[in-house]
Amino acid sequence: MIAIEFSRSVPRYAASKLAGRTTPGLLPFVAPLRVGHYDDPELPGEGWVRVAPALSGICGSDLAMIAGDASFYFSPIISMPFVPGHEVVGRLDDGTRVVIEPVLACTARGIEPVCAACARGDVGLCVRTAHGIIAPALQTGFCEDTGGGWGTVLVAHESQIHRVPDAVPDEAAVLIEPLACAVHAVLRANVAPDELVVVSGAGTMGLLTIVALKHLTNAGRIIAVAKHGRQQREAIRLGADDVVTPDTATRAVRLATGAHLHTAEMGDPWLGGGADVTFECSGNAGALDTCLRITRGRGRVVLVGLPGAAKIDLAPVWHRELDVLGAYTYGTEANGQRTFDIAIGLAQRVDLSPLVSAKYPLTRYAEAIDHAMDAGRLDSVKVVFDLGAK
Amino acid sequence: MARSSRPGLVLETDRRTPPVLFHNGENFRLEKLPSGSRIVYPPEPLEGIKHPEDAIARAVEAPNNADPLRAKLRPGMKLTIAIDDISLPLPPMQTPDTRQLVLERVLTLAAEAGVDDVELIVANSLHRRMTEAEIRRMVGERVFRSFWPDRLRNFDAEDPDDVVFVGTTEHGEEVELCKRAFESDLLVYVNINLVAMDGGHKSVPVGLGTYRSLRHHHNVRTLLDSKSYMHPERSALHHSASRMGRFLADKLDIFTIETTLNNASFPSPYDFLSKREFEWSLRDQATYLGVTAGLKRMPDQLRQKLLHGIAAPYELTGVHAGETEAVHARTLENLHRQHVVQVQGQSDIMTCGVPYIGPYNVNSVMNPILVVCMGLGYFFNLYRNAPLVRPGGVLILTHPTPKAFNPVHHPSYIDFFDVVLADSTDPKVIEEKYEKQFAEDEWYRHLYRTSYSYHGVHPFYMWYWAAHAMDYLGDVIFVGGDREVVRRLGFRTASTMADAIEMASDTVGRQPSITHLHCPPLFLPEVTP
Repeated sequence: MIAIEFSRSVPRYAASKLAGRTTPGLLPFVAPLRVGHYDDPELPGEGWVRVAPALSGICGSDLAMIAGDASFYFSPIISMPFVPGHEVVGRLDDGTRVVIEPVLACTARGIEPVCAACARGDVGLCVRTAHGIIAPALQTGFCEDTGGGWGTVLVAHESQIHRVPDAVPDEAAVLIEPLACAVHAVLRANVAPDELVVVSGAGTMGLLTIVALKHLTNAGRIIAVAKHGRQQREAIRLGADDVVTPDTATRAVRLATGAHLHTAEMGDPWLGGGADVTFECSGNAGALDTCLRITRGRGRVVLVGLPGAAKIDLAPVWHRELDVLGAYTYGTEANGQRTFDIAIGLAQRVDLSPLVSAKYPLTRYAEAIDHAMDAGRLDSVKVVFDLGAK
Repeated sequence: MARSSRPGLVLETDRRTPPVLFHNGENFRLEKLPSGSRIVYPPEPLEGIKHPEDAIARAVEAPNNADPLRAKLRPGMKLTIAIDDISLPLPPMQTPDTRQLVLERVLTLAAEAGVDDVELIVANSLHRRMTEAEIRRMVGERVFRSFWPDRLRNFDAEDPDDVVFVGTTEHGEEVELCKRAFESDLLVYVNINLVAMDGGHKSVPVGLGTYRSLRHHHNVRTLLDSKSYMHPERSALHHSASRMGRFLADKLDIFTIETTLNNASFPSPYDFLSKREFEWSLRDQATYLGVTAGLKRMPDQLRQKLLHGIAAPYELTGVHAGETEAVHARTLENLHRQHVVQVQGQSDIMTCGVPYIGPYNVNSVMNPILVVCMGLGYFFNLYRNAPLVRPGGVLILTHPTPKAFNPVHHPSYIDFFDVVLADSTDPKVIEEKYEKQFAEDEWYRHLYRTSYSYHGVHPFYMWYWAAHAMDYLGDVIFVGGDREVVRRLGFRTASTMADAIEMASDTVGRQPSITHLHCPPLFLPEVTP
């Protein structure tokens, strides 16, 4: 198979870290990534199938990893070298079009009995992701044994496979995985009718969070914080009531909620009052800091974007008794439905295809990653690899 | 010997005409206008009254259509004296401020009459509160020390304990007023009438009024129907204020004292700003070069401090007291004597420079919304009969329009710019969609009452002031403006005056007639179409 492999290399990691801060354009060249011909991954056991990816997205977590910004917290539950790519639409050997639910939990790992989280259906919270018949990995795309979406072949357990309805084109189906994350985040937040919600960041995760909010809750006003023009337009198209820029977000939320604005002697201002629920979707520490400052007392701040190590003033969490909720992946929601099924249903109701802004063949991975790194500024949302392209 | 004061002048430029001065925010620029353009210069300052204190004393002793003030004062009465706020004159005048002289006379009479219950209230309406230092400068040390802070204060239009609903006019306009003023046996209003828009019945119901009252005339419909604000007979705004004023006058004894000033707006070395360029001496030219170069290089804060430290050497040209309408008629005569310049015919293009100061940014920065208010609200409307520019014509303004706001004075302006103008620049849409929210916002209300912030609704009024110009003009171009800011405001920018005139040709053709309003100093073109 042809694939992009991410390997362990301390010098390249250091070079990536440096390039990420100084010359991001060099990242694809210095990162420990290599495109080449590799052996197809073997089927690890019973219930595993081969999948030929058609489109595979470049996710923020992939970019954080490439830039050396990913938290080492995850190091025990990844196995190198691996083929990245966990946002995947592809085909089984019999031609069935499927998307992959990438979490590699107890069932896929052949672990019996499954852990308590898996027994509940909360596969994202599986505690055995370093055990079983395959190498440690929290997801496909971080596992030495399974391959990933950035290769022409991967293997997946049947518990990970979801058939894609004909009405959902590949360009929308490749977004079902991040949409499922957004659905889970929104359902985690338990948004009450008419609550004012802020979605911070309008990349893929932010926009899909807006979709989930609009269709799965009775939220009141939805304010999207979007930096770039395309993001702003998509946010409105997908259901945001207002779009504001990051530099005006605090005052806009103040105005919308009638809160009081307090100007600190140092640091950013904060609101007395504010949004009921805030979804931080960019993974940016500064944006999270703002979210903590603009959410009302006992409001909820949901971490949707992957945060890294950061210095953040937690005084607002303490002072305003905020509930800070993590929202990692998916599983089975409170209503008993699998998150992926909800996401697939949504993908049939909402036109997600326009969010895929560019497709690249694997051989042009450097351009693809460079594009994805700067997607917002380049008026793009999602950049994907087109595995069928030459 | 009396100082000579030449009338205003309409100069037609030719190739020999030197470049003309444009105010340009916190600096100035010289621009060469095409031959055949007209420059309308203000009249020179009238000679001031030699002994203002005597004139004031005479005015209150022999008022118009009213008993002398002395006869209205008696022991045991409740006397309230309302004073125009810091929004005028512009620039603030050299001390003693005319209001100080009037106050001292009124208070002397009150003391002689044995009036103990006296309260002085700054009629700031929905403007920001004046600071202690600003009030001290305005009323003078003696008055300040005697009355501050218990008997001398700003009006708080959001204080439920100091606001009273008086009733509605025959047009259904709600009149809500400062309770202390309304419950007084006598309300004396001390005014400075800088331009024809000020004073008269606009003083009490507006200066001591609340949002509930002001919204009846400070709205898009009324301001679109005010042509112009400087021509009260043709101003729906003034008609409404007059109805409220008469309604109040039936219920409250109001003794109006109005003063007029000449237009000596700039002291030396800035007096070149008031001169006609073709009469600039070498010293004037050198001063211009020095001042502009200096201002350009100064840090923002220092530049603003320097400019806002300029105090105008205004002189009193008239003082009249008594019944409001009788007084105001005299006041307007006085004003017109100083301000009116006859202009024949309108032009395709009107040009004007927007200065560093306006009524709402004294000791502050002129933010983009205030720039619009100055240019399209005040300067465009600075006319009697007809605008200087023809219907569908082009207004070219010079101002750098930085995105600069004073967060203490203008908090709601920031949100107005970021949120409201991002949505729409149409005054009617803005009024309908956002005005109530801003007017009733608790944070703005809190800042208005306890800090030095303009009321939450104030930026809306600034925008409405410009509604008539927006409706009337074919295009508005800012020379040297910040592109992003001007785009947000809904207008266009040009790098140079020549570019702006070229751009205007899309609207008014390739051979446009041009008239430059050489202002400030303030004056009033009376235009015969």
